[in-house]
Amino acid sequence: MLDVVWSVYYNIHTMSIKRRNRNPFGATIREIRERRFAQDRAFSLRQLARRIGVEPSYLSKVERGETPPPSEAKIVLLAQELGEDPDPLLALAGKVSSDLQDVIRRRPELFAQLIRELKDMPDHAVLRLVREVRDGDW
Amino acid sequence: MIELRRDALEFRFPEVHADAILRIDFQRTLRIPDGDREYPLPPGLGRFPLRHVDDFAARLPEKWREHGGVMMPMFQSEALWLNFSSPEDYPFAVKIAAGKINAVSGESWREGLHRDPQDYCTVPDQPWLDGFCVEEGVVRQFVAAPLGKGASVEEQITGAAEHGGLQILVHPLKGSIWEKERSETLHECFSIKSCDLACSPQMGLAPGGRMRQEIYKDRRDFADWDQRVRARCFVHLADSQTWRGVTGELPPLPPPTSAQYEAAGLPWFDHFDAELEALGGAQAFADLKSASKFDDLLLDNEKAEPSHVVSTKDRRTGRGVREF
Repeated sequence: MLDVVWSVYYNIHTMSIKRRNRNPFGATIREIRERRFAQDRAFSLRQLARRIGVEPSYLSKVERGETPPPSEAKIVLLAQELGEDPDPLLALAGKVSSDLQDVIRRRPELFAQLIRELKDMPDHAVLRLVREVRDGDW
Repeated sequence: MIELRRDALEFRFPEVHADAILRIDFQRTLRIPDGDREYPLPPGLGRFPLRHVDDFAARLPEKWREHGGVMMPMFQSEALWLNFSSPEDYPFAVKIAAGKINAVSGESWREGLHRDPQDYCTVPDQPWLDGFCVEEGVVRQFVAAPLGKGASVEEQITGAAEHGGLQILVHPLKGSIWEKERSETLHECFSIKSCDLACSPQMGLAPGGRMRQEIYKDRRDFADWDQRVRARCFVHLADSQTWRGVTGELPPLPPPTSAQYEAAGLPWFDHFDAELEALGGAQAFADLKSASKFDDLLLDNEKAEPSHVVSTKDRRTGRGVREF
């Protein structure tokens, strides 16, 4: 059941991300990093790798798609460093964050049904389903 | 609309522009020592957890339910700073108050934006806000204090312990202006959103130690801000014991002291943007008593001598670098 939910989730989360040929995760990371690097030298391959605790050669291989994407924890760190939302990056890496997995495992049938129904809805309609922080009287 | 995502408030204005997204999270940090000395910016030690007030309504005071919003745990005398980010660098005007006292202008809460004196910060120019704007280039740190002890800014200015918490109000830049600017230059985009954070009856924010931080003057036309739309949020501050009792969750561990942090050889931060003009301090904050002057708060005020200060320089890429 989790696989079904995941496959639908993956499709939704990658909807808004331009598809890259055979290496969507690495190519996306590289594109974002190079964009940041153009403004700030701290986003060199070497410095970014050091900040997330991996070897520059490993990060280079990830960017070129020569090795599978890193662990969830490293992807979340990468997202934080690059100022990106980790969920789409995890989806591109073929992963679902642990907290989302927990949510789905608790009510798998419900979420499978919900996600299937959301699959083809436009973004603005999906956003209407999002829980808002309630503003009260103050 | 405001969502709670990964312990951050996410403000979206899809009716204004698809890029109009602002995220605000609340960073745990060191409490810098009180005194005359001005310190550089302390680090971010991770986000405070945030929860919907409505999820725990049955165990919370009536006032909290009325205010709505979110809540987070703080230890007495713990410090925080606000971290602003917009994925596309969309510009927002962000108004911040503590106990409904504006942290930039020192005035009592008013809806809307005001220019004279300016009572809001602009994002992305302003990546962080660490405290109350007491003079040009200097803020006094946001430090948690129980309401009723007289230490919070709200109590020191109004004499009443009524609101507490943090209030945030966000207004975005007009979508048409964003489109025009974006087409003119790919990288120069500015927008304003407002979000109001409000305090709980239990905890408010008191002025702590002095640090170097500029609150930047708005360099846009005032009419550029879209004041037809807004989003606001009341952020309640629960003392850590209350938090545990209400949510069943453990709060984060207390942060190290400034002296412990410095002894570990870890960096402090400095942020300066020569292109932007800083606001002057709020007169209302000039004579506030520091949190350390209140015996009940039991502050450890051991001095620290920051020896390793890292410059963040570029405001656009500065976010996230206040970590080690």
